[in-house]
Amino acid sequence: MPQPDVEAIAEQVFVALADPSRRAILAALAAGGPATATDLAGRLPITRQAIAKHLALLAEAGLVTAEPGERRRVRYRLRSGPMRVAQQFLAALARDWDGQLDALKEHLDQQARGSGED
Amino acid sequence: MTFPDRIERIVEIAQPPAKVWAALTTAEGLSAWFGKEASIDLRPGGLARMRFDNGSIVHMRVERVEEPTAFGYTWQIYGLPEDDPRRTYVEFTLEPAGAGTRLTMVESGFAQLPEDAYRSAYDSNTGGWTSELGELVDYLNAAA
Repeated sequence: MPQPDVEAIAEQVFVALADPSRRAILAALAAGGPATATDLAGRLPITRQAIAKHLALLAEAGLVTAEPGERRRVRYRLRSGPMRVAQQFLAALARDWDGQLDALKEHLDQQARGSGED
Repeated sequence: MTFPDRIERIVEIAQPPAKVWAALTTAEGLSAWFGKEASIDLRPGGLARMRFDNGSIVHMRVERVEEPTAFGYTWQIYGLPEDDPRRTYVEFTLEPAGAGTRLTMVESGFAQLPEDAYRSAYDSNTGGWTSELGELVDYLNAAA
């Protein structure tokens, strides 16, 4: 099986999330489960036409998948795989080892000062 | 964009390895600089956990204990659900440097791939609890 390109996957997620309408669509699918473009247009302040365009882009990027059905009744569902890849990228940024290791040094320095005074 | 699989830091600490070792591997040490509260069963396979200021709790599994030169553990990937099986591996190595210690920290495994990153695998998998719930609803509607 070919190794998927993690960077490309994460990039697609971040590109998708850079647009407020697409964020709203993904958030609606995450919160409410699979929905048709018409369902989403009823819930969001975005035209059905614009939603259909964004869904096509999201499907192309692999972030949503269309369930089989008649054209107007196709339901879109979130695909979590790419999100998790992007999340791993964010996790590395959020770990904050610089802050933790500074705290470790500070702790040991304080201990040394404390024992020096005894 | 470069996807970081590992984070690596080297810090020089003006304390001997034994002091640094205690700060890394005891509940008292860990709770003084890392978490707010900590517990640790210091042996390979032993469990440890830390509670942070924001109330979050992280569970760790001790993997490597070679006092006072190497301490390794795995823990959850930040931001993933608590039941997610993926872990990153953190290893601290301590080397004497003059009267102090050179401490190297390496955390690796950020780029491990979830199974469903493989599109083909995902496409053959019709699971997911939203679809299971949909099937349950369809089943109940059909029976009504």
